[in-house]
Amino acid sequence: MKAASGLAVTKPAYTTLYWETLLKDAVLAALVAVLLALPLVGLQTYDIGGGALGIRTHFDWVVMAAAMVFGGRLAWHFRPRRRRQGEIGGGPVFARLAARGNRWALPITLAGIAFAIALPFLPFSSRYLIDLGTTVLIYVMLGWGLNVVVGLAGLLDLGYVAFYAVGAYTFALLARDLGLTFWQALPFSGVVAAGFGVILGFPVLRLRGDYLAIVTLGFGEIIRIVLVNWSPATGGPNGISDIPRPSFLGLPFARSAPEGATTFAQFFGLEFSPTQRVVFIYFVILALALVTNLFTLRLRKLPIGRAWEALREDEVACRALGINPTNVKLSAFGIGAMLGGFAGCFFATRQGFISPESFTFIESATILAIVVLGGMGSQIGVVLAAILLVTLPEFGRAFAEFRMLLFGAAMVAIMVWRPRGLLAHREPSLRLTPRPRRARLR
Amino acid sequence: MAYFLQQLINGLTLGSIYGLIAIGYTMVYGIIGMINFAHGEIYMIGAFISIIALLVLGLAGVSYVPLALALVLLTTMFFTSVYGWTVERLAYRPLRGSHRLAPLISAIGMSIFLQNYVQILQGAREKPMPPLVQGGFTVFESGAFAVRLSYVQLFIMLLTLVLMTGFTTVIAATPLGRAQRACAQDITMAALLGVDVDRVISTTFVMGAALAAVAGLMVTLYYGVVDFFIGFLAGVKAFTAAVLGGIGSLPGAMLGGVLIGLIEAFWSGYFSTEYKDVSVFGVLILVLVFRPTGLLGRPELEKV
Repeated sequence: MKAASGLAVTKPAYTTLYWETLLKDAVLAALVAVLLALPLVGLQTYDIGGGALGIRTHFDWVVMAAAMVFGGRLAWHFRPRRRRQGEIGGGPVFARLAARGNRWALPITLAGIAFAIALPFLPFSSRYLIDLGTTVLIYVMLGWGLNVVVGLAGLLDLGYVAFYAVGAYTFALLARDLGLTFWQALPFSGVVAAGFGVILGFPVLRLRGDYLAIVTLGFGEIIRIVLVNWSPATGGPNGISDIPRPSFLGLPFARSAPEGATTFAQFFGLEFSPTQRVVFIYFVILALALVTNLFTLRLRKLPIGRAWEALREDEVACRALGINPTNVKLSAFGIGAMLGGFAGCFFATRQGFISPESFTFIESATILAIVVLGGMGSQIGVVLAAILLVTLPEFGRAFAEFRMLLFGAAMVAIMVWRPRGLLAHREPSLRLTPRPRRARLR
Repeated sequence: MAYFLQQLINGLTLGSIYGLIAIGYTMVYGIIGMINFAHGEIYMIGAFISIIALLVLGLAGVSYVPLALALVLLTTMFFTSVYGWTVERLAYRPLRGSHRLAPLISAIGMSIFLQNYVQILQGAREKPMPPLVQGGFTVFESGAFAVRLSYVQLFIMLLTLVLMTGFTTVIAATPLGRAQRACAQDITMAALLGVDVDRVISTTFVMGAALAAVAGLMVTLYYGVVDFFIGFLAGVKAFTAAVLGGIGSLPGAMLGGVLIGLIEAFWSGYFSTEYKDVSVFGVLILVLVFRPTGLLGRPELEKV
C-alpha cells in the first residue's frame, strides 16, 4: 500500500513494477475479504427446529465479496486525486461552502427558513413529506441543544437522550395525572430536564473527556432501565398512550368539539381535515427549533457563552482567569438538558404515545453524530446533517433491512471523508482586532 | 454463607469475561486515546464465529471435547482478529491525528454497521447452543443448598488466568510489548525512535480482538445463547470495568472486570435482577467521583 501510493505520486510511468505492486496490494485486500467473509457470510446458521442449529453454505457470496474488494481496491488507486497537502479533505464544493459560509450565512439561513415555512403549502408537499419534515426538525432542535454541550462547552455527552426522555415522560405524566395540556406542560418539561442535567452534572463534571462520555452513557442507560422497570409510574415497557395533542390557542384539532368548545376548523370556518393538525404540529416544532437556535446564538455572545468556548479551548487558562469551571460546565449541561426536555415534550405530544423503546442509545448516537457530522459548532451544519441522517434511512426503506447497515456505513464514510464535519470552518466568535478588510473585498 | 459462595463463583466467572473484553478497551485507549466503541461488536462477532466453528466441527465429526475446544478457540481467535484489524484499518487509521471526536463517531458508525451486518447474515433470532461441557462438582454443602462449580466455570476462570499470564509476559518482556509501552507513553517520540507506530497499533487491535473472541467463546459455552445485540451491553460494561480499574492499566482492566462481575452477581443475588445494570453504572459514578483516575490508574498530570 505504502509503496503503491509512493509510486502513484511520481507516476505516470505505468511500469511493470508499478502494476506488480498494485496487483499484490489488491490480491492482499481480496484475501482479507475472504477471511472476513468466510465465517459469517460463507457459513450461515439457521434454526432446524427443536432448539438446534444447522449450517448453510454460501461460498458463492464469499467469492463475490472477494472479487468486489479486488476490483474496488484496484479502482481506488486510480481515483482522481486533486487534494493538496494541508487541505481538510472532502470535495471542493463543501470546502468552498465552508470557507465562504460567513458571507453567505445570512442569505442561506433566510432562504432555508423561508423554504421551511413554505414547505406545507408547496404543490408537491404531502402529508408524508410534512411528517418527515417534522422528524427532521426534532433532530435539528436536539442537535442545536446538544451543540451547546458538545460544540460550545466541549463536553462529550453520550447520554443526551436521557433528557429527551425526561422531557417526554414529564409531559406524559403531567397530562395523565394532572390533566395539563401541551402548552402548560412545556415549561415543566424543560425545567425538570434541566434539573436532571444539573443533578448528573454535579458528580461528573470534575471528570475529563472520555470519563465524562462513559458516565453520561451510563446515566442514559440508567434512565432507560428505570423507565422500563418502574411500571406503576411509567407504564413499563408498554409506555404511556393517549397523550393529548397540542391545541391552537385552546382550539383543538378534532372532527367534533366537546361541549362548549369550538374546534380549530369551526372557528375559522374551514372544512375539517386531519392535515391541519399535521401542519400545525410542523409549525410548532419549526418555531421551537428556531427559538432554540436564536437562544443559543444569543447565549454564545453573552459572557457565559464566551466562558463555555474559552473552557473548551483551555481549562487551565480559564481557571487562572478566575472562571469557575464547575459553574460554567453545569450551566452548559443544564441548558443543553433543558432544550432536550423541550424537544422531548414535543415528541410526546406529536406521537401521542411514548415508550422506553424510543430512548435507546442509538438515539443519543444519532444526535451526537448530527452535531459532529455537521461540523461542531456550526448551526447550518447541524441542519444539513439532520436532513442527511433522517432522510437516509427513509430512502433505505426500499431495502428495509439494509437501512441501518447503510446508516452505520455512511457514518464511517462521512467521518473518514470529512473528519471535521460537513461544514467545518470555525470562526473565532471574538476577535481582538476588527476583521481585516481584505477578507471582505475578496 | 453457601449462597454467598455461589454468587462469588458466578461473579468471578462473569468478571473473567468482562475483564477479557476490558483489556481490548484499555490497551487501545492507552495507546491512541480513543474509545473503541466497536469493541463490544467484535466480542459479539467472536461469539458468533465460535458457534459456527462448533457447528462445523460437529459436522466434521470431531467429538473429543478438549480437541474441539482447542480448535474452536484458535479459529475463533484467528477470524475475529481479522475483523479487529480491518475495523482499525478502515475506520480509525484514516482518522489518526484528527480531532478527538472523529474516531469516536466513526466507531459508533462501525458498531451500528457490524450489528446489522451480523443480523442480516445470521438472522435476528437468538442462537441456541447445546452445552458442550456438562457437569461440575459440589464445592460445599450446607443443608439443602449445595454450592456448585461447573466445569465450564472452572474452564473460564483457568483460561482467563492462563491468557492473562501470557499476555502480561508479552507486554512486559517482548520487543512488541516494549514498543506498545513506548507508544502508550509518547507516540510521537516512539515514532521518532523508529517504532513502526501503525504496526504497533494494528497489533494492539488484533490482540484486543483475539481476547474479545475468547470472551465470546466463553459466553457461548456459559449461557448457551447468543444474539446479535449482546455486544452493546457487554461492551459498555467492559468499558466501565476498564474505567473502574483505571483506563490504560492492564491489571486495572482485569480487576475492574472482576469487580463489575461480582457487583452484578451479588446485586442480582441479593436485590433484584431488573436493576443490576443500574448498580454497575451507579458504582462507576461513585468510584469516579471519589477516585477520578480509577482504582489502579495513575493521576494525569496537566501541563500548560
